[in-house]
Amino acid sequence: MGRNTGVLIFTFVLMYVLMILPLPEWAQWAWPEWSTLALIYWTMVLPSRVGMLTAWILGLGLDVLQGTVLGQHAMALTLVAYLSLILHRRVRVYPIIQQSFIVFLLIGLQLLVVRFIQAAVGTVPNSILYWLPCLVSAFLWPFFSYFMNSLRYRFT
Amino acid sequence: MFARNTPSIMKLIIILALSLAIILYDHKTEHFSSVRYYISYLSAPIQNLANVPDALSNWLKNSSRSRTDLMEENAQLQAQALLLKRRVQKLISLSAENIRLRELLKSSDLLEESVSVGEIIGVDQDPARHEIIINKGKRDGIYVNLPILDASGLMGQIIEVGPLTSRAILISDSSHALPVQINRNSVRAIVVGSGALDRLLLTHVPDTADIVVGDILVSSGLGQRFPEGYPVGIVTKVEHDPGQAFAIVEAKPSAQLDRSRHVMLVFKKQIDAPLQPQPATNPQIPKLEIQKKSGELKMAREIDKP
Repeated sequence: MGRNTGVLIFTFVLMYVLMILPLPEWAQWAWPEWSTLALIYWTMVLPSRVGMLTAWILGLGLDVLQGTVLGQHAMALTLVAYLSLILHRRVRVYPIIQQSFIVFLLIGLQLLVVRFIQAAVGTVPNSILYWLPCLVSAFLWPFFSYFMNSLRYRFT
Repeated sequence: MFARNTPSIMKLIIILALSLAIILYDHKTEHFSSVRYYISYLSAPIQNLANVPDALSNWLKNSSRSRTDLMEENAQLQAQALLLKRRVQKLISLSAENIRLRELLKSSDLLEESVSVGEIIGVDQDPARHEIIINKGKRDGIYVNLPILDASGLMGQIIEVGPLTSRAILISDSSHALPVQINRNSVRAIVVGSGALDRLLLTHVPDTADIVVGDILVSSGLGQRFPEGYPVGIVTKVEHDPGQAFAIVEAKPSAQLDRSRHVMLVFKKQIDAPLQPQPATNPQIPKLEIQKKSGELKMAREIDKP
């Protein structure tokens, strides 16, 4: 089981880089939640290795990188990991469009939790565009899982 | 095998409770800043990695410029340097005069500033927060609340310091406020970020205040955080609505908040001097002496013996 560790760490670091890439203004609202996409993928593929604790540590790293209040992404990603662990047996056999819909719901949940916490500690963007990333992420899911699959087969 | 695959609700509850505790603790206290400090040893390489595409495109742009372009720019810069040098010549005598006058008033506003240049290596992706990451950290002497500027005005201040990088908030962030005054008549006001990069708001300005479109806002130094006299913005809109308690005043930031690549970090060293003339019972009145050394002004403190 240890052979996937390299790929796992590589993809999570890659997603971190994507999450803090400097972007032009128009792309900022639509930028997908890369870390969450990777987390959902790995919990579906390797549920025995990637779980809530991984999600929690991933989230803490994201909080430090983005300078948000510590624990915000950690909490949201743990919830996402929990749900995707419950669902993974069903979702794995779903057609890809249906999988995208589940991803839409999971990332929507993440944005909701993050928004609750942001509202409790301070500032909240009051624009409907805030919800755009979950749509974009769901749209990207087929390409993303294809890319991750090929990466996984290449390196293991 | 199957038992491990079903997630335990107990574990979820424990992790969620732990997260909640961390959120509250981080929000209410400052203790986690040291944790962030050490974690940023790990996050600095990722931030630098994320800066690579931008740096690469910059490098390509710079290295593919033609010779005529460079010569043209060189000529322009030389002309600009000449103009600035002339201004500096006047500035030396003016600041000497200013110090002499302040000395007469026994005022404490004698500051020596030193500037260090940093590079922006990251911009916050969240469009609701205007934060940037700078490639200097504690090792370069950066500390929290340090003001940052670009060539044309005040940009913001440092809010988080790591060993190698630091994070700064821009004046346009909606949670940022800074005390300013109108350059023309020294009317004081507070500038609050609007959440848009090209717009600042002046809050609680009375309808009778003498502010007109085109007025230059400079930092007033009243918050004890920003140095005095740096340009902050230019008033673009003044509206007097009888239904509102205060006038609606908007300004455009002087600094190029979305375009600057290099920022200046302004360190200040306050020279202790009494704010007001000390009572006669206290015989030790500090006296400031002005020394002129190679075009630079340095101030030394000297204590008079009675």
